[in-house]
Amino acid sequence: MSLLHRIERADDALNWHGDMPTKGRYTAGIAGERFFREIKERGQFLATVCLDCDITYMPPRLYCEECFSQLEEWAEVGSWGHVHTFTVVHRDLDNEPLSEPRILAFVTLDDTDGGLVHYLAEIEPEDVYLGMRVEAVLKAEDERQGSITDIEYFRPM
Amino acid sequence: MTGDRVAVVGAGMTKFVRRAQETPKELSWEAAHLALQSCEMTIDDVDAVVIGTAPDAFDGVHMKSEYLSDGCGGWGKPLIRGYVGGGTGVFAAIQGWYHVASGLFDTVLVVCEEKMSSCQPHPQAAFLTIFDHTTERPLKPNLLWIFALEMNAYMNRYGLSKRDIATVSVKNKRNAADHPAALLGDPDITVEDVLNSPVLAWPVQRLDVSPVTDGAVALVMSANHVARRVTDRPVWVEGVGWNLDTAYWTNRDLSYPVYVEEAARMAYDMAGISEPRQQIHIAEPYDPFDYKELHHLEGLMLFDRGEAPRAAADGITQRDGDLPVCPSGGLLGVGNPIAAAGLMKVAEIFWQLRGEAGARQVPGNPKRGLAQAWGDLMQVGTVVVMGV
Amino acid sequence: MEEFVYDSVYLSSDDFREGRVLFEMWEPNARYAWDAGVAISRYLQGLKAAKLIGRSCPDCSRVLVPPRMFCESCFYPTDKWVTLRDTGTVLTFSRCYITWDLIQLEEPQMPAVIEIDGASSGMGIMHMLGEVDPEALAIGMRVRAVWKPPDERSGSITDIAYFRPLEE
Repeated sequence: MSLLHRIERADDALNWHGDMPTKGRYTAGIAGERFFREIKERGQFLATVCLDCDITYMPPRLYCEECFSQLEEWAEVGSWGHVHTFTVVHRDLDNEPLSEPRILAFVTLDDTDGGLVHYLAEIEPEDVYLGMRVEAVLKAEDERQGSITDIEYFRPM
Repeated sequence: MTGDRVAVVGAGMTKFVRRAQETPKELSWEAAHLALQSCEMTIDDVDAVVIGTAPDAFDGVHMKSEYLSDGCGGWGKPLIRGYVGGGTGVFAAIQGWYHVASGLFDTVLVVCEEKMSSCQPHPQAAFLTIFDHTTERPLKPNLLWIFALEMNAYMNRYGLSKRDIATVSVKNKRNAADHPAALLGDPDITVEDVLNSPVLAWPVQRLDVSPVTDGAVALVMSANHVARRVTDRPVWVEGVGWNLDTAYWTNRDLSYPVYVEEAARMAYDMAGISEPRQQIHIAEPYDPFDYKELHHLEGLMLFDRGEAPRAAADGITQRDGDLPVCPSGGLLGVGNPIAAAGLMKVAEIFWQLRGEAGARQVPGNPKRGLAQAWGDLMQVGTVVVMGV
Repeated sequence: MEEFVYDSVYLSSDDFREGRVLFEMWEPNARYAWDAGVAISRYLQGLKAAKLIGRSCPDCSRVLVPPRMFCESCFYPTDKWVTLRDTGTVLTFSRCYITWDLIQLEEPQMPAVIEIDGASSGMGIMHMLGEVDPEALAIGMRVRAVWKPPDERSGSITDIAYFRPLEE
């Protein structure tokens, strides 16, 4: 396209507004269904274990990512661990300031090779440090839905 | 043939279902795991992974192949995703071929997955974006329009009736009754059932259309020296082709898929095929709508223009006919999880040429077959020719 | 091959409605402002003035509509704006009884591809047909654009309300 075709008046440049009217409906899946049901019904965290590769998956997987075999060994694990890394969030998705900053962390759970991304609370952002011991705070049993938000947050132990 | 010889040595798939409980990763793993098992390989034998999957908006996961990667056996391996809309499933096999033919890799795992049930209220919400956002979408289009407009142009050009075309839907849904993964197999369906089904967008009626589906399919593709070691029945990739027409779909002659012809010519040249009607024994053309099977058979030069409907009416394309077409049951019968549906066709040729298709097996020991898919903005043809 | 088909878990709509299966819903805030670009901005301005505008390629001489700044066949810049007529010929049509989100329609919508007079042979645009009995539609039918009144035109493809049969 040559310069001769350049748009010279801003009014000449038009745009068109539209959307993509999709909604996602995500099943928890085979492994996820069991994981979240256990939290909902018993407040218990479960992991899957690959005995061959010596990996304990948190959240649990249906298959071992390394050797690709089906995982049938489920283990009860604690709902506590340590802060692997964290960030302090000051704005929402629309870039509006939050009334209170929130701490988002990746928590490595004890006796597993994985962990969960979740919020930290009952602590000031400046007091969080990598390696800090934390535990999950669950919602009351009758409020739990089988969702990641059944965990309200993690807090210092 | 360019490059090293490449064979398909294993295949696996999930059942095709309307709504799967599995996550997209889990579906991918189910198919990939079985494909490896079918040729007694493990993930350690896989040098690279090719993923085919259609719009991210179906599964509702952006960067879908990165998300799918561990379920496809891609952890710690070279991985690529190809995407040409509905043509993706067959294109993934083409990518698998050139990854190996180039000499870069000995064995490649090809996985195609689609979980369309995630897309609410209907996958059409995502399909809508194929229409131009400024010159077409303000007219509030519907995906069915584009098929209805093409089908009408095809029927009008050759004076075809709905009855001429409905036979395809009947054949494929009946064939699918013998497919263990099929969603819509029906041994008793009749042409009258198709003709009496609700009109959606004339000339398209409910039973002219393949269903929204969840599913995954995987293939293992290996270089000559590996293939001969792992199986005594490798199915060789003899030719591949792909081609795109203009994206201005309203400027095209909708009655003939010239891009399919160009893709077929590329694949036939590579395979040394000069007389496709004699040299192709079995075909799996893309059939998301019944007329598309006929349209594509003509584009593949397996029948003269406008002649495929008569051949179908004469029984030539039945499983026991001279040219069995969609013996799997196709998208109309097995189901249409977009990318996975295309790869299902390649898997069907693999099983048929090995004589492993069970109740679906076509008679006469077919030696060469082709799979074809179509997509993007009704503009891409992808073709793979395989032989034993 | 049966042993290589995985027995995936099928869910019914009721499994979701009645909470027998765990799932999350999420609605992405996917809103866009697409630039119309050089050629289509001019096309939209033409529509506002009740004109259909095409663009011609100096190499293959095709007159292209919708207009574009390069010919995708010659891969050469197009160089002239061409005012087309607002009449044309139906290349193909449908009668659609369902919306994209599966709402049934009593009266069909009538989308069509219409070859525009003044553009090269086969150059169609998608639009709607109106003021015609749905059963009387035919490929080859001659049609004319029905323009919205000037004060309702906004520089949109919908400035043409629809195309109706042309009495010649």
